[in-house]
Amino acid sequence: MDLTKEQQEILEGKKGEVKRKLMETLVRYGELFGADSMVPITGDYNHLVTSFGLKALTAVYDLLQQIIDDKESSKQKFTVDPRPLDPNVPTTFLQRIVFNHFMYSEQEDYEKQLKELGLKNDNAFTCTCYMDEVGNVPSKGDILSWSESSAVVYANSVLGARCNRNSGIIDIMGSLLGLVPHFGLLTDDGRKASWIVEIKTTKKPEAQLLGSAIGMKVMEDVPYVVGLDKWLGNELNDKTKDYLKDFGAATASNGAVGLYHIDNLTPEAVESGRDLILPDAKTYVIDDAELERVYNDYPVIWKNKDAKPKLCFIGCPHLSYEQLMGWTKRIHTALKKNGRKKVVIPTVLTAAPDVIERFEKTKGASVLKMHGVVLSYICPLMYMNNPLSTKMPVITSSNKLRTYTSARYYTDKEILSQITGGQI
Amino acid sequence: MMKEFKGRVVSGGTIEAEAVVSHQGLNTLASFQKALQFGDKKATCGDQNNKDLYNKPMAGKALCLPQTIGSTTGGLVLYCACEMGRQPACMLFSEPIDSLAAAGAILQDVWLEGESMPVIDCLGDEFLDYVKDGMMVSVKNDGVVQVG
Repeated sequence: MDLTKEQQEILEGKKGEVKRKLMETLVRYGELFGADSMVPITGDYNHLVTSFGLKALTAVYDLLQQIIDDKESSKQKFTVDPRPLDPNVPTTFLQRIVFNHFMYSEQEDYEKQLKELGLKNDNAFTCTCYMDEVGNVPSKGDILSWSESSAVVYANSVLGARCNRNSGIIDIMGSLLGLVPHFGLLTDDGRKASWIVEIKTTKKPEAQLLGSAIGMKVMEDVPYVVGLDKWLGNELNDKTKDYLKDFGAATASNGAVGLYHIDNLTPEAVESGRDLILPDAKTYVIDDAELERVYNDYPVIWKNKDAKPKLCFIGCPHLSYEQLMGWTKRIHTALKKNGRKKVVIPTVLTAAPDVIERFEKTKGASVLKMHGVVLSYICPLMYMNNPLSTKMPVITSSNKLRTYTSARYYTDKEILSQITGGQI
Repeated sequence: MMKEFKGRVVSGGTIEAEAVVSHQGLNTLASFQKALQFGDKKATCGDQNNKDLYNKPMAGKALCLPQTIGSTTGGLVLYCACEMGRQPACMLFSEPIDSLAAAGAILQDVWLEGESMPVIDCLGDEFLDYVKDGMMVSVKNDGVVQVG
């Protein structure tokens, strides 16, 4: 890799041992992927994946403390994934003990570290940092050092920024040095598609199911999706962006997709069209039968597969303001139709703290409350990641949550029916 | 019969261990999260979607796989597994390593004291076709992996 004189001096330890280790980590990381140089980060903010003060991550906090003790700080402010705890979310007495005193006992100390390193503000805890309300919205072409798979795939695909699928810790190291290795999704060649995905469904595909199917098929490759614009249109409006947010999160968690192109819709596909497709690209056709096959293949690991759900999470990744409004309206209408006043399964809608603040100024917030729905900034994944929650029959419309936990996936329509007491 | 494969050294070291094999991408967070949080020293794989590895111990084994997938916590999860002594004996990738596993491999090599977990990639499809659960695997410093 070609390093500048200053970068070389850092690597040789002339600016101290901690900086040397930071540079060695990023240079070795880049060299594995054929990086030719280290390039400056250009985005205004970074985004980190590690938001949780999990006792098991002591090694991470020790590493960060070495950095803080060395008086290093991030060149950019940053947002970070959602907090793992929210007292508003239903928990048992035992769960509260386990969450607060065992699992997330380092939360307070870790948040202090984040502030010292450059946390944007107290509301900066969300996986959807790219919502306007949150304000971490990179421009097309920005070079980023983000992690959080759902945010990276959104930044690359929908916003046209350039970011590799960085791991936690590597993310903050990028903004500590102000540099990232130039490879993969940062390069024009790395953004070419090696898969053509043809959508031939008879109705608009469920975003989270379609993303899952594509993720499991293409894994870490870049897919170029044709035929989806028939259902989504050609305009990147709020509704389309929400669809792509959920679709992308499923591609990234069910596989390892860091970038997708949607024909006639996403910025680079609009700009370059099928020139983005590599000559030897493979083809994957998705029709109704294929989506049904994928859906029916999901394992159900509940001990009692017929158990009555005890909790429902909607919003992984966090919901947008428009999605909160939409769910509120649908829940209200369905309950009315079913002759009920409150949801029949405890239900949690999750969103970024800044989005919640906006939503709470509307009538929707009191409607949701009236129907017994909890609104939370929590990370459902962090709630589920323990044996107590794993034993709970939890349902969700998030394919990401399904992938990482014992939560059972249903489509949005099925979820609505279940929580409002209708028939599936 | 002993068979030899040659890959690229991501993190050096020599080791002998029994193989556990995943023919699909290893979801690092889903696989290791219970091991890290709840004292499972064997690091039993918790990924329900991994038909090869689910419920099998990974700590101390030669973990043979194509790549890792899933959450971008992957690298730090591997890093923490190494710090807690619950890591595989080595990780052997048939394909070029992915960015998340690469981060974990490099972080443990640069930032943790003591011996590193050997990590070799680019061993080829034939390696993953040949190696089976329970086979003894020997890893050399130069990226040579002997199976049999």
